[in-house]
Amino acid sequence: MPEFVTIWINGSAVRVPAGTPVSIAVLMAGHSEFRRSVSGEPRGPLCGMGICMECRVQIDNQAHCRSCQILCQEGMTVRTHD
Amino acid sequence: MIEQRYRTDILVVGAGPAGVAAAFRAAESGARVLVVDDNPQCGGQIWRADSKKALDKDATKWLDRIRDSSVKFLGGLKVFDRPEPGVMRAEGFDQVVACRFEKLILATGARERFLPFPGWTLPNVTGSGGLQALVKAGLPIEGKRIVVAGSGPLLLAVAGYLKERGAKIQIIAEQTRRFDLVKLGLRLLKCPKKLQQAFDLKMKLQGIPYLTNCWPVSASGRNAVESVTLQQGPKEWAVSCDYLACGFHLLPNTELAELLGCRIEKGSVWVDEFQETSVQGLYCVGESCGVGGLELALVEGEVAGWAATNLKEKARERFSERRKWRGFAAGLNRAFELRRELKKLPTPETFICRCEDVPFSRLQSEHSWRSAKLQTRCGMGPCQGRVCGPATEFLFGWKTESVRPPVFPVRLGSFVPSSAGDAPAES
Repeated sequence: MPEFVTIWINGSAVRVPAGTPVSIAVLMAGHSEFRRSVSGEPRGPLCGMGICMECRVQIDNQAHCRSCQILCQEGMTVRTHD
Repeated sequence: MIEQRYRTDILVVGAGPAGVAAAFRAAESGARVLVVDDNPQCGGQIWRADSKKALDKDATKWLDRIRDSSVKFLGGLKVFDRPEPGVMRAEGFDQVVACRFEKLILATGARERFLPFPGWTLPNVTGSGGLQALVKAGLPIEGKRIVVAGSGPLLLAVAGYLKERGAKIQIIAEQTRRFDLVKLGLRLLKCPKKLQQAFDLKMKLQGIPYLTNCWPVSASGRNAVESVTLQQGPKEWAVSCDYLACGFHLLPNTELAELLGCRIEKGSVWVDEFQETSVQGLYCVGESCGVGGLELALVEGEVAGWAATNLKEKARERFSERRKWRGFAAGLNRAFELRRELKKLPTPETFICRCEDVPFSRLQSEHSWRSAKLQTRCGMGPCQGRVCGPATEFLFGWKTESVRPPVFPVRLGSFVPSSAGDAPAES
């Protein structure tokens, strides 16, 4: 397994240790806001364990992925504000 | 979507300590055992792999046991439906799994209880265990100012962990009364292992204020939390922070058990002395049948693993230990019961349902969970009421009800089994 992987977050390359969940890569890239709520509030991860759905993002064109439960894979494309 | 099919004697849902212990004991007799978990790795929340620190001896022992056993583990799969008796369906990022089983052991664990207060929806307001999970997964926390608040022993464990990782813990705010903690402390005297843990934590947390009768009344910040206002008695004051890690003890995850028709009592899955639920051949272990901590989860797992493989005498040998930990758990849960004042935290504008942004004022005129869902969309969003359900139960006394498939939001395609012609072989 490689030590680091590179993923694309909103078009920018982010290099993280292999085995890092997507949520952490998004936070490390400086986004504390993962999405906007239905009334337009900024939101970020709450539960950290796949329950609350607040950390959902688009991954490889798949909508509503829980970023805290999915590990970064080389070349993955992630979009916040899904 | 790739559909993978499995056939096993025993299916375990959840790979935390309870699920791991159940799977290991069930496999001892030669049964085929398959464990699935929503998380990518084995260990659940308490044994979550840490990017910086090795796991403790207990965790390593059990995780090694599982790795060296015949138990098969599949991670990154959320179990969402039972299309027919004896089959469960689960969805992963790029696959769907259907598993046929003889017996099922549910070890779905617990989640944190979140209570609404103004500002609780801001980014960087997380659960207490929530923040710990993020940091374990690699979130840099060194030098960050953190307020830990809410209720339960988890607050102390989280504060200790974050401090070790270089965070500045500003304060730990525990809502319960000092008197209840003293009573719990006296109980600890009978429990050397727990006493040692408590003592170690106390040493680790030296210099950090631990306030009882204290809770957050609001959080504020522009794009993320910058400050939290705490209350203790008549006193209110603001504390600046980068994170507010706030959770009010734990709640059993019972959704899957409810879907399968298991009896639920006082918010937990009811089980008999062999951890069998009201549904024959279906067992439940660990936090989902009552929050009780690591030791209880392990012993319940062992009991169910043996009982499900007809080694009831072996299971019986663990009954007295289980009784001891259940007694301890009961004391613990009493000590951290929520105080009524917390019901006054939401203002009319505070969102109670975060998925659908339903404010407190819109719920006050509703009389039940069902009417709130129908009239306001409270609990109808992607978390399916996992966050706001327990909150409304506390605030309004509503009983959440009617669990239906899918138990987690899934893609439409995952619901539809692939046609018989291209059915993949079972493994």
